[in-house]
Amino acid sequence: MNLSNIPILSIVTYIPLAGALALVFLFPKEKTGAIKAFATLVAAIDLAVSLPLWWAFDRAGDGYQFVEKASWIPSLGVNYHFGIDGISLVLILLTTIVGLIAVYCSYSAISERQKEYYILLLLLQTFMIGTFCCLDLFLFYVFWEVMLVPMYFLIGVWGGQRRLYAAIKFFLYTLAGSVLMLLGIIALYFYNTSGFLTYKGLGNAPSFSIEHLTAVAAGMPAELQIWLFFAFFFGFAIKVPMFPFHTWLPDAHTEAPTAGSVILAAILLKMGTYGFVRFSLPMFPEAVRNPRVVGTMVALALIGIVYGAMVTLVQKDMKRLIAYSSVSHLGFVMLGIFALNMAGVQGGVLQMINHGISTGALFLLVGVVYERRHTRMIAEYGGLAKQMPLYATYFLIVALSSMGLPLLNGFIGEFTILQGAFARNFWWAFCAATGIVLGAAYLLWLYQRIFFGEITNPANAKLPDLTVREQLTLAPLVLLALWIGLYPKPIFDVIRRPSEKIVQAVGGTALEPPALAMKAAPASPDALAASPASRP
Amino acid sequence: MTFAFHASDWILLAPELCLTAMGLLLLGLSVVLGKTKEEFLAFLATVSVGVTAALVAFVATRPERATPILGGAFVVDNFALFFKALVLLSLGLTVLASARYVGAAPYPGGEYYALLLFSGVGMLFMASGNNLISIYVALELMALSSYVLAGYFKAEPKSTEAALKYFILGAFSSGVLLYGLSLVYGAGGVMGLPELAKLLASAPRSNLLMLGILLILAGLLFKIAAVPFHVWTPDVYEGSPTPVTAFFSVGPKVAAYAILARIFYVAFAKFHADWGFVVALVSAATMVLGNVAALLQSNVKRMLAYSSIANAGYALLGVLGFRTEWGLWGILVYLLAYTFMNFGAFTLIILLESKGYAGESVSDFNGLAKRSMPAAVVMLLFLLSLAGIPPTAGFIGKYYLFTAAMKAGYAWLAILAVVMSAVSLFYYFRIAAAMFFTEGSPAKLKSSYALSAVIAVCAAGTLVIGVVPQPFLEVLKSCVLGR
Repeated sequence: MNLSNIPILSIVTYIPLAGALALVFLFPKEKTGAIKAFATLVAAIDLAVSLPLWWAFDRAGDGYQFVEKASWIPSLGVNYHFGIDGISLVLILLTTIVGLIAVYCSYSAISERQKEYYILLLLLQTFMIGTFCCLDLFLFYVFWEVMLVPMYFLIGVWGGQRRLYAAIKFFLYTLAGSVLMLLGIIALYFYNTSGFLTYKGLGNAPSFSIEHLTAVAAGMPAELQIWLFFAFFFGFAIKVPMFPFHTWLPDAHTEAPTAGSVILAAILLKMGTYGFVRFSLPMFPEAVRNPRVVGTMVALALIGIVYGAMVTLVQKDMKRLIAYSSVSHLGFVMLGIFALNMAGVQGGVLQMINHGISTGALFLLVGVVYERRHTRMIAEYGGLAKQMPLYATYFLIVALSSMGLPLLNGFIGEFTILQGAFARNFWWAFCAATGIVLGAAYLLWLYQRIFFGEITNPANAKLPDLTVREQLTLAPLVLLALWIGLYPKPIFDVIRRPSEKIVQAVGGTALEPPALAMKAAPASPDALAASPASRP
Repeated sequence: MTFAFHASDWILLAPELCLTAMGLLLLGLSVVLGKTKEEFLAFLATVSVGVTAALVAFVATRPERATPILGGAFVVDNFALFFKALVLLSLGLTVLASARYVGAAPYPGGEYYALLLFSGVGMLFMASGNNLISIYVALELMALSSYVLAGYFKAEPKSTEAALKYFILGAFSSGVLLYGLSLVYGAGGVMGLPELAKLLASAPRSNLLMLGILLILAGLLFKIAAVPFHVWTPDVYEGSPTPVTAFFSVGPKVAAYAILARIFYVAFAKFHADWGFVVALVSAATMVLGNVAALLQSNVKRMLAYSSIANAGYALLGVLGFRTEWGLWGILVYLLAYTFMNFGAFTLIILLESKGYAGESVSDFNGLAKRSMPAAVVMLLFLLSLAGIPPTAGFIGKYYLFTAAMKAGYAWLAILAVVMSAVSLFYYFRIAAAMFFTEGSPAKLKSSYALSAVIAVCAAGTLVIGVVPQPFLEVLKSCVLGR
């Protein structure tokens, strides 16, 4: 399939925007049925258009693919520059899949101001895909920031009781982080052109090209790299969110409508980890190699894993519980990324996808009972397994995938990350592994409290089981979880080259395959030195 | 210094002369017409602003403008032309936004429009001022007209209070400015800015001169409402008729920035190390106080007053960054963006005013999304732009200003500025929350053609500069001083 002659990335990015504009001008707000159907159609078309990317993508290719470039603001050296590598590819596909599910799962959950709701969902999708496609830092910042606006309204208009608080907290936290990143971008820009503060610059033409700036930044003095690393760090760490910047997440997740939570968990949080992988690591290798920086990052990741899991255990509200579990899971992703080896980075990227699938599905599942009972309190439920067998089955699969049971996706991701962490330091892996144990604890306990025992609350006695539509929103995610759990190779194939490049950039051993990392670490140096001699 | 009039001088002065003549005509007509035919007067005022703008465009093409006229006191470089265009833009928007408001008030409209135009004449002269005396006289022409405009609703105590406050504090600051000018004249013995620069280049750093520079700075900081000379702003903004407030928040500020930039870039550049530090501190204090105080306001005009104080703080970053071209570009692009977005926001306030004179509160915006979705979306655009969220004009403007500060070595100030602009989102979005998340009066929104036109122009400016900034940036690049 040859996609090189059409601006496929722009098409994928702007189909939802075009759909949103059509909704604004062509659909009167009373025709809710038509609006829903049209929004679903747009999201489905977007998914259909994005899927060919998977087959057309050259897995062995170096550099970015499907590149589009046009001048946007020549005075500043800003280009409209799109292009993707394997990491962006999987995230874009996740976005289009989750985007369709988010539209489809909202049919009954959203009953007022429906037109605005679907317009915002579609706008959000455009901004999210655009963020993953950008190869120009300025353009990236534009998408990154503007993405906050639709999410703010999704939480603020259709959210729960404390929605106003949650919406503005979400906006302020993420904005505060990203404006500091903006200063980092400006500093980088000046270092490239003429110098910045007391640092001598290079005198290049002004540019925001990510490829160019990555090459330039990697050669900066280590001290400046550390400053800029932390400027970007605030932007990304708040979005991830890493401990101690995570406090906006439980509020936003809990108050958002189901589709908002799903998108927030599946895609928006990935923006932060994507930022680390795409910018922080390759751009500031000196800073990333610095033992104190790595130490800080890994410590925050481990605290996130363990603290997040412990806080999860005591939650009474299902959505809050899942939100805190996200803090723990994204700690794993960060641990993998900052293991700075092939297994860690690949595992981190894979776990980004896995978390999107599992946690997205968990939020969908909570949305199902919330629509029926209008409460998210765990204590309100109990014994649902008898009344809603299908629901219980889906919930079990998704919970198992989230806790990392073998044959399901979470296992592959967490295992690879632990491999990478183990190769660096035994105790990193040890601490992280306790997070897995706690993860099993809070999910199984949650499952037990909701599904087992007798139905004690009469309100639950007549709950209908999953509808066909609800199953259709869940099934794709469950299938993806099974696919990645049973046969993750296709995904690894796609993300291998970009991961190799990142690991090479930070000076790790790039070509070391994941399986070897396991063997190499425990082997003593003497044994390695002796082996050639013993083999005549 | 010799003043000799040439025929070409009249050509270069055509915009100012035209606006003065039209102002006088309106004043005369108002005596005859009283409180009748006000739509015609508004139309006439709009036309005169339009004709003046056309004359500015004509002047821009004349080769004569290469040399300063009136003994070097009046210069028509690209910088001046840019500011004249900006001044006329805000003047035109004000006239249009006033038509319905003034029509409904029990005071004759002719005087109102005449005063607006006279104030505009002062600002046009300020943009071209190249001599301490001409700058001062122009500033006073603008200021005196403004004092009267603030008190235009004579029977309203708040309006009178605003005028009196504005006058007393304004007169005081003019005195300070004049004192500074006289000290600088005493130290140098010349009034023209280029001559002053030449003289100061070889002059030693004397206390007399430093005091003079400091006092000039203080006088001008009053006009742009920077801390600690900002206390008049909230009261004056709250008490003045809303279209006048909208005008104050853009026109006079823009013109004051023109002379601030010209005086400090041209004449006092040598002593940058001395005044740069003061400006940096003032900028920091202005950003912090403006944004923090705005958090506490429930009157939306007061909130935007503090927001405009904060914005003055951002724009001072451009004054600091004057040694690289980024500083000047930053001021220009930010003021352009600010004119559109701030005026747009004020126009929405005019549209929604519901509680009588000077009672405009954030709750006026309650449920606007239900009453009129386009109005709510446009207001959201202005708010996003004010908060500096891309892709809006405000973001491009702030980008240039932050860049200028970083480039000039004030990284700490840039960090403070970005943090403060995140804080500002909190109060801007109180309005957004009121519009979209709460229920409000079910009354239909009544707009007029003129108000709709103003809002459309402001929205288009805010969005277009944000999405396709290149043509505007091209223009700005040519807007350097002295060319």
